[in-house]
Amino acid sequence: MTTETKVRTLTMAQAISEAVAQEMERDQRVFVMGEDVGKYGGIFSATTGLLDKFGPDRIMDTPISETGFMGAAIGAAAEGLRPISELMFVDFFGVCFDQIYNHLAKNTYMSGGNTKYPVVITTGIGGGYNDAAQHSQCLYGIFAHVPGLKVVVPSNAYDAKGLMTAAIRDDNPVVFMYHKGIMGLSWMSYYEGSTNAVPLEPYTIPFGEAKVVREGRDLTIVTLSQMVQKAVLAADKLAAEGIDVEIIDLRTLVPLDREAVLRSVAKTGRLLVADEDYLSFGLSGEIAAIVAEHLDRVKLKAPIRRLAVPDVPIPFSRPLEDFAIPQVDGIAAAVRDLMQLNLN
Amino acid sequence: MDPTSEQLLWMYEKMVEIREYEETMAKVYLEGKLPPKIQKGLAFDIGGGPVPGEMHLAAGQEPVAVGVCAHLRTEDSVVGAHRPHHFAIAKNVDLNAMTAEMFGKATGLGRGKGGHMHLFDPAVKFSCSGIVGASAPQACGAALAAKKLGKDWVAIGFFGEGAANQGAFHEALNLASLWKLPVIFVCEDNKYGISVEKQDSTSIESNADRAAGYGMPGVLVETNDAVAVFRAAGEAVARARRGEGPTLIEVKTDRYLGHFQGDPETYRPKGEAQELRTHDPIPALGALLRSRDLLDDTSDASLRKAVSERIEAAYAFGRNSPYPEPSEALLHVFAD
Ligand SMILES: Cc1ncc(C[n+]2csc(CCOP(=O)(O)OP(=O)(O)O)c2C)c(N)n1
Repeated sequence: MTTETKVRTLTMAQAISEAVAQEMERDQRVFVMGEDVGKYGGIFSATTGLLDKFGPDRIMDTPISETGFMGAAIGAAAEGLRPISELMFVDFFGVCFDQIYNHLAKNTYMSGGNTKYPVVITTGIGGGYNDAAQHSQCLYGIFAHVPGLKVVVPSNAYDAKGLMTAAIRDDNPVVFMYHKGIMGLSWMSYYEGSTNAVPLEPYTIPFGEAKVVREGRDLTIVTLSQMVQKAVLAADKLAAEGIDVEIIDLRTLVPLDREAVLRSVAKTGRLLVADEDYLSFGLSGEIAAIVAEHLDRVKLKAPIRRLAVPDVPIPFSRPLEDFAIPQVDGIAAAVRDLMQLNLN
Repeated sequence: MDPTSEQLLWMYEKMVEIREYEETMAKVYLEGKLPPKIQKGLAFDIGGGPVPGEMHLAAGQEPVAVGVCAHLRTEDSVVGAHRPHHFAIAKNVDLNAMTAEMFGKATGLGRGKGGHMHLFDPAVKFSCSGIVGASAPQACGAALAAKKLGKDWVAIGFFGEGAANQGAFHEALNLASLWKLPVIFVCEDNKYGISVEKQDSTSIESNADRAAGYGMPGVLVETNDAVAVFRAAGEAVARARRGEGPTLIEVKTDRYLGHFQGDPETYRPKGEAQELRTHDPIPALGALLRSRDLLDDTSDASLRKAVSERIEAAYAFGRNSPYPEPSEALLHVFAD
């Protein structure tokens, strides 16, 4: 007998809160704490409806005391609970980073594997709506840089549910970062490709498996998060011009699916990394380095190109922000340029 | 210490200016956000219109800003929070440039780089931050500088009752007291930190009581009244200028609007905001002025007209100024 799979269209925010609710039902040790996760349902709606279902003992509004509650998540996890700890914007992590990068990330290692910290930290990333430099960063590169943290950055509702379920079941700390511009909020423009079909039943998507969002033969775009949706729009334009782009959605940065990158670039011979984080010392450099380290396997037809925020804080004013954050047209232009270049 | 007639009039005019500024912003901010763009499910586009991004307005909280700033000189520093306009206006920040900044224009305080939560006017020593709790330690630094330079300047750190649960706030209080800094910490208790009520975030009733833990005076101002704030701040500023160290003041004030514009306010009891408006501090101060023959219908009308003209001019300046060139995004990462 086959079980009927019910599939609906959900926004990424709905998919995330559904995953959290299902895991809370399944496992009494799971609870949520954070700023405005209760009555408000999360500023970006990642916990909408949960307070009504589970009550204030399991959906806990915290004071604006990030060091306090992020540290508390570590302590509670050490005792066997499984906290999900939300801090609205990734930009705010500076106030509590010590608890995260010196403790949450390292305690398992320093205890020789004798302790575990199944904490999921959730936070909103990204710009595109003019909220300026303290509210628009991505910063996933910073978290991925520190050993001991898994880093998940979904681009759509289906992936977000599966990855969130996997994150909650994971015995390690997971930083789960959702771009505000693809949550499907009623008060923010978004990319509709991120709202898609999601099964009702719980399911997991394993970490470290990138997805080929679009197959193509001419050039690979490696990207993630909202930039996936932008890359798809760019690829549609380019297809009309006869350029066939392959798009790789990394989905998780730690663990990183290096093979998927190499496989695709080996096929197309051209790589563009499209990233909403800062250019230098980050994701785009990492992907470029992986390919450079495997030039014995991968034959490049053109130099590697990176499109990212050009090492400036995200500006407020619309023309400035549009300039700083890579856009659909910019991706398309970079692809066209790359198609003109030849290494031999 | 009671305000002079001149100070009373100044506070009244500034409160009228702040209120009208915020009410105008509430309207301007809506432009281009409604009706929705052609996108499924979009009801309110926070990134749309001439003033995009978040917008935190302070209507109702004017007494805190004017009661404190009435004691300040240009050399005194003010560090505000994410809800900064009332402090900025009371500290005489350039109104045109401040407004242009919110429109993202090249003529703005930050040439369009900062926007509403990040206003910097070094000419009057004003700054603010979108990071909750950041103001208190930075005010300590300004006060430390005054002390090192041998000046009788003071510094004010303004923040909300939500921010008083940040580690940074507690560290700042200890530093200020330890180093006997001329700093005044001013906490606006508007009852909510976004949706979380004070009673659900704060283990004691009044933050003023926390001052004792750091060896400094703590003062609770129980009414949202400019004169009451003026008195408390006057003493604190005088103490600081005499080199007697910091003070923590908490003011019970009211936030009439949502946490940010567009906030559905589902956490707030229905009708609460309207009820709060029945204790509006602006007509209350107006009535006091009238009872002392400092204000009548004619002078009130001409004062309001002058305020309106200033505000209209500021919004027109903001709206009509040019945008920066896109590539200016690359400038100013470092000081030249
Ligand atoms: C470090 C940090 N954490 C969280 C936030 C998100 N946030 C912005 S305003 C706010 C509430 C602040 O409340 P309060 O200090 O009482 O000031 P009010 O908004 O009431 O003026 C929160 C949680 C932030 N900006 N910075």
